[in-house]
Amino acid sequence: MEKILELKNLHVSFDTHGGEVEAVRGVSLDLKKGETLAIVGESGSGKSVTSKSIMRLIPNPPGRIKEGEILFAGKDLAKLNERQMQQIRGSEISMIFQDPMTSLNPTMTIGKQIMEGLVIHQSMSKTQARDRAIELLKLVGIPNAEARVKQYPHQFSGGMRQRVVIAIALACNPKILIADEPTTALDVTIQAQILDLMRDLQDKTGTAIILITHDLGVVANSAQRVAVMYGGQIVETGTVDEVFYKPEHPYTWGLLASMPKIGSSGEDELIAIPGSPPDLSDPPKGCPFAARCPHVMKVCEDHMPEYTELSGTQKTACWLLDERAPKVEKPEAAIVGGAK
Amino acid sequence: MATREKLVEVKNLKKYFNMGKGQQLKAVDDISFDIYRGETLGLVGESGCGKSTTGRTIIRLYGASGGEVTFDGEDVHGKKSKAKLKQFNRKMQMIFQDPYASLNPRMIIKDIIAEGIDIHGLAKSKEERLEKVHELLETVGLNKEHAGRYPHEFSGGQRQRIGIARALAVDPEFIIADEPISALDVSIQAQVVNLMQKLQKERGLTYLFIAHDLSMVKHISDRVGVMYLGNMVELTASDDLYNEPLHPYTQALLSAIPVPDPELERSRERIILEGDVPSPVSPPSGCRFRTRCPHAMDVCAKVVPKWQEAREGHYVACHLYDDELKES
Repeated sequence: MEKILELKNLHVSFDTHGGEVEAVRGVSLDLKKGETLAIVGESGSGKSVTSKSIMRLIPNPPGRIKEGEILFAGKDLAKLNERQMQQIRGSEISMIFQDPMTSLNPTMTIGKQIMEGLVIHQSMSKTQARDRAIELLKLVGIPNAEARVKQYPHQFSGGMRQRVVIAIALACNPKILIADEPTTALDVTIQAQILDLMRDLQDKTGTAIILITHDLGVVANSAQRVAVMYGGQIVETGTVDEVFYKPEHPYTWGLLASMPKIGSSGEDELIAIPGSPPDLSDPPKGCPFAARCPHVMKVCEDHMPEYTELSGTQKTACWLLDERAPKVEKPEAAIVGGAK
Repeated sequence: MATREKLVEVKNLKKYFNMGKGQQLKAVDDISFDIYRGETLGLVGESGCGKSTTGRTIIRLYGASGGEVTFDGEDVHGKKSKAKLKQFNRKMQMIFQDPYASLNPRMIIKDIIAEGIDIHGLAKSKEERLEKVHELLETVGLNKEHAGRYPHEFSGGQRQRIGIARALAVDPEFIIADEPISALDVSIQAQVVNLMQKLQKERGLTYLFIAHDLSMVKHISDRVGVMYLGNMVELTASDDLYNEPLHPYTQALLSAIPVPDPELERSRERIILEGDVPSPVSPPSGCRFRTRCPHAMDVCAKVVPKWQEAREGHYVACHLYDDELKES
């Protein structure tokens, strides 16, 4: 399928008092038309920084894109100036943030907030924009849209606010929607509603979605492809089936094993990943996971593993896949459901 | 299970907050349950259902508006002298959700952990105090060198370990853990849960584990209670709850959790609840869940469903399981 976005060797750093923090260290990925790509990882793994870099929302200073390209519609977004970026933000690429309580302006009616983008990007008149706003509210499942459009954010519940945020993001029919932990602040029953809505809207509009989350359940539910990030790098990527059923990276194993299985009894201990993620102000020279990896070898500490292509879609950066490495079986606890 | 001794008994507990203008927010409205010695009781529900308020009222961080809580046969909310209260507080401790907000940033770890030791006079000398702190740090998987540091020098998982060490410092029998892992990353959550289970085995602790993550609650709990809008709707052994949920809300809640298994996710039928949780200031009449319930009947709006034992050890409050109603 057609690629609509491509990141090539992206490096993002923040200059702090304690020195340079290399939050993203060489991320390459692509997004295809109409698909949902999930980026999973723990806090500090660089998943949000990657997505904010695409929108050029990293404040500079202290942050800067050190190296790499962000290719979208024949342009390198990393090189555009602020004015050119404004043409793209909200119209070609838009974003949903985690917290629906803070991503809306409390002093503006929600109608006005939806109309803003329409008036700027699509040069609509106010009445046209208002009609479209009402249409959008209906689309995202807000009942009584004609009256609700005049209300303020505090008059909406958390789930409803997230619907409004989605309506704003979709107002100009963007080609890409970046959803940064869109359901983390919501309760499970509301999360199910919002994930359902996003899937529904994707079917209708064909927007490609980058879904950033730490919840593997949400990934299994909504994504077609996954990139697993750790220590500012992508350690494994593939289709959901590949990453869940045939993971090859010990970090992916660890993530899958540390989740309690809802069908199993609570007797057995969870397999935790010992230790904590690396400090990116002094990033490890070799594989970022080496310090916590149960299968660590000498080579891992000094040299970053190359990607091994396991199939047309799955790539894994691990020295265990080198032909000289010992054979290691993935732990039983990392086997998902009825995986073969 | 053999004969079990009740450690905590909660009877018709109510906690109302005054909202002004004569309005009352009924955060917890008439709930009853027991916690047995040595078990882990999980409490789940969505935000605003009153699960945290329940925990805080049990430990007397809030005064109850009605009903009673007894701990080891003693009334928690009864009048007590200062000395008695102090003695009482030693037995119950709490672990909080946010490891960033629950440790005083201006105190070093050793003083944070030893605060309880000092208040209760559990150490006779400075050396003994330090020794106790070191022991506690090791128990929770940290080391001695950490004693002189400040909270900001630790990661979230480590801070939660410090919170646990502080709770253990006074040798409690009962610990209320209010969303102890919600703020942590997946790989760190497992570390903390394993630690809590290990401590329970070693020290015979009893836990009330409050969380909204049902899969983790199932893992750690012997029994689980489900709350909705200030009421307890279902309570049973955790396996029963997951295998055979009776209350329509529990069923919806379970079906809403996304499972990390793509094939299962694709094939699974979901019960998606319509709408939002109503305001606890003016909850619906009768059964509070009826406005979102796919099986709502006329009677649900009129009569509050009874809290009853539908099967052995399986309690539920729902008219669908009301035998009298079926007969009439």
